This record gives sequence, structure tokens and C-alpha cells, in this order.
Amino acid sequence: MGSMKEIFNSLLLRELLKGLAVTGRYMFARKITVQYPEEKTPQSFRFRGLHALRRYPNGEERCIACKLCEAVCPAMAIVIESAEREDANGQKSRRTTRYDIDLNKCIFCGFCEEACPVDAIVETRVFEYHGEKRGDLYYTKPMLLANGDHYEAQIAEDRELDSKYR
Amino acid sequence: MVETLQQLLPGFLIPYLDQAMQLGQGFFGPVLWQNILTVVWTVIKVMLIIGPLLGIVAYTTFAERKVIGWMQVRIGPNRVGPWGLIQPLADGLKVLLKEVVIPEKADAAVFLLAPVFAFAPALLAWAVIPFNDFLIVANVNAGLLFVMAVTSISVYGIILAGWSSNSKYAFLGSMRSAAQMISYEVAMGLSLVVVLMISNSLSLIDIVKGQDQGLFADMGLKFLSWNWLSLLPMFVVYLVSLFAECNRAPFDLAEGESEIVGYHVEYSGMSFAVFQLAEYSAMLLGATLVALLFLGGWLSPVGFLPDSILWLFIKILAVVTVFFWVRATFPRYRYDQVMRLGWKVFIPICLIWLTVVGCWMMSPWNIWK
Repeated sequence: MGSMKEIFNSLLLRELLKGLAVTGRYMFARKITVQYPEEKTPQSFRFRGLHALRRYPNGEERCIACKLCEAVCPAMAIVIESAEREDANGQKSRRTTRYDIDLNKCIFCGFCEEACPVDAIVETRVFEYHGEKRGDLYYTKPMLLANGDHYEAQIAEDRELDSKYR
Repeated sequence: MVETLQQLLPGFLIPYLDQAMQLGQGFFGPVLWQNILTVVWTVIKVMLIIGPLLGIVAYTTFAERKVIGWMQVRIGPNRVGPWGLIQPLADGLKVLLKEVVIPEKADAAVFLLAPVFAFAPALLAWAVIPFNDFLIVANVNAGLLFVMAVTSISVYGIILAGWSSNSKYAFLGSMRSAAQMISYEVAMGLSLVVVLMISNSLSLIDIVKGQDQGLFADMGLKFLSWNWLSLLPMFVVYLVSLFAECNRAPFDLAEGESEIVGYHVEYSGMSFAVFQLAEYSAMLLGATLVALLFLGGWLSPVGFLPDSILWLFIKILAVVTVFFWVRATFPRYRYDQVMRLGWKVFIPICLIWLTVVGCWMMSPWNIWK
């Protein structure tokens, strides 16, 4: 009896018609396409994009060359060299002489950001950048500092939003 | 020709037509003039069909991408021109500019001829498709037979493509597609036999006219007297076989890009595009046949509206939309399932229904007198 019912149902195409009804309904549903260059999806304040090195308000670099980011980086994309010099307050301190991130290697995991004790290396919301040669994606210290200077307002706002969850 | 023109042209042009006829007759003599008229008129009719047909085929690809996009909650192509309407032209241009790669070991002549073999039958069959009582290129009284015969030739295109590529994958793909098309042709043919039995004619015009009578037609509900209702199982079998015959989803094993390669793996550029054109024009032809054989062709669905060629276009559009809809809905069949459906389900159903309709026609309750 059950198999008779099955044969009957399959001959009447019941399940196929059900399937067609589903796609038929979706044809008139609101479309979810985001027209990318004109429209953009909302971003989280934790978005992990292009890296930046931050400064204190007095203009001194935050980075103290502790090399935690270099150590934690799973892709080994960070290279740091350090030396002693006088900082903005006139005290002797350890600072980087070289801070390179190879964005070809970087996997944007955000560990560097997490590891940093002084919030110096951060990832901004910027994801629309490109390089035309391989070397263009090798970011050096001045480039990273420039990123930090350029996006400081947004970076500070995002840290503020995230601070209550930390 | 003259009668058709008299029906089509607006009244004030008729005297000019008569004048032109007399002039031509005087210049060439009646016999030669008649022959010239026949040739010219046929060429005009062919142009009038092939030109719009190719345009419609191009826009069918666009419509398909749009409809499938909508069903997948996307918006489909919309970048080239307003609402993406120039997209088919951009596609065509792209495909024309691409290189046609001929494999070194391939038989170049057959390799290039195969797409033509696939494409030509789909155009040729339009010769006997009536758009109206009188709008038809060649009113063959065995039109349906002609269509069946001509569309069968497209299998040659597929076999030649696979064979001449000299590639085992293309060859296996062509064997698969050819076997699939031939098996479903049996089911298609058997379902058409039933249509022929009840309309008692092979002429497509007569088949359409035969759907205009019966109990429901007298009541004004003409769409209920069309063949799709009285032959519902055959309608379904024919439609599904058509999907398989056109190598369309869910039977598109020929080009199942994600898991399997088909007969046209070695083709590129325009030679590949011709296969696509063949697929889409075969689909349009199939949709037209469904509209003529089962959906009453140019007949209006209700009594109070006049019959018109527009109804035929609406019906073709509806059937083509069903093609898209099915493609957006169903997953692809496995090859053994395709064959099982064709041989072990459709053909028995056709044979049983053939017997049932035969008995029905001999019984006193025959509704197709």
C-alpha cells in the first residue's frame, strides 16, 4: 500500500512541484545582492584589514619594539629590528628601527593586534588596497606609520567601541 | 503569396500590390514571374524567421540568467547597458574575439563542421512551424514528421564533435549525450503518436485546429479543450523528455561543469558558442512544439478573445520560462538515473497511455471526433 502511494506521488510529480513552488516564491523575494562598488556591506569595528602603526598624541610612536607581534605572527610576516634612542619625553627608550609587514604573507588573523601591549600595531577597516608589483605589498615602517596617521580617527573610535568587551 | 499579403497589408496598399503584380507579369511573363515570386517570397519568409530567431536566442540566454538569478535571490546581469540589456551583445562580441583552438590531432574539417550540424537542424525545423493559420514557410502536410526527422540530425553534431576532437573525454561525453538524446527521442516519439492519433493528422496546422473543438471549447473555456488536459500524462512525458532531448537541466550531463565533461570540452570561442546557440534554439523549437501540440498554438485561451499569433508567443515564453524554472530548481540527474527514467518509466507510461487512448477512441465516449 505504501509503495502504491509512493508510485502515485511520483507520477503526480508532487515533490517536484513542491520544489518548483519554493523557487517560484523566491523569484519574487527581496534580492540580497550587494552592488559592491556602489553599495557596501556593514563592517564590524573589529574588522581586520590593512595594518597601521599608531602614535601617542604627542607624536611619539607607540611601538616599544617588544617583538611580541613578530613572535606570535603565524605567517612570519613581521620583521622588527630595534635600537635605543631618546623618545619625545627626553628619556632613553627602546624603539624600532625597522618594522616591516609582508602583506603577501599576512593572513589577517589579528594576532599581532591582540599581542601588542601598547596598541601600537592595529588593523584598520581598509580592505580596498592593491599592489601592482609583488614589492608593493611589502609595507615598511614609514608606510605603516602613515597609515596610522591617516586613519587615526577611525582607529581610535573602533578601539573605544571595542574597549567594553576587553 | 498574394493572398497572404492581401490579408496582412493595410487596405490602402492593396491597389499598389495588384499594380506591382501586373507590372511584373508583363515584364517577365506569367510563368517566370510566378517562379520569381515563389523564390523571393520564400527567401523573405526565411529571413523573417531566422533573423528574429537569432535575436531571440541571444536574449533567451540573457532571460535565463536573469530568471535563475531572481530565483537564487540575486539580481542577475545588470552592468552592460540599462538593466544589463546589452549583455547578449557583449557576450557575443567576447566569444567572437576569442581564438578557436583546433587540437593538433583533431580532424579540423569535421571539428568545425560539427557545431553546424548541431545548429542547422534547430533552424531548419522552423520551416514547417506554423505561426498562424497561414503564416508558415512550407505548409508540409507531414510537418510533424519533418520536425522529428530534422531534429534527430542534431545528434550527428554531437557525435561528430566528440569523434573529431580526438580526445577520449570528448568522445565519451559525446557517446553519453547521444545515447541520452536517442533514448528520449523514443519517449518523445511515442507521446507524439498519441497526439497524432487524436488529431488524425501530421500537419501542425491541423493539430492546432483540432484543439479548438470539444465540450469545453463550446462552453468558451477553450484552454481546457487543448491537448494538455486530455493527454496530461503525455504532456508531462513530452515536456520532461524535451529537457533531456535539449540536454537541459536537470539532464544537462553534457555540460555538467562541476563533475563531468561533455562532448564540447575541446571547443573554444565561436565554435563553442555555436553549440550553445544550438542548445538554445533547440530549446525554443521544443517550447514552440509544446505550445503547438499541447497548448493550442495560436488559439486564444477563452472564447471572447480572438485567436492571434500573440498567444503563440505568450505560450512559447511560458514554456521557456518553465525550462529556466526547472533549471533553477532541480539538481542534476546521475547518468544511470537519466537512462532509467527514459527507458523504464517514460516508455512504459507512453505505451500504456497509447493503449488507453486507443481504447478510449474506439469506445462510445470518444471525445476527439
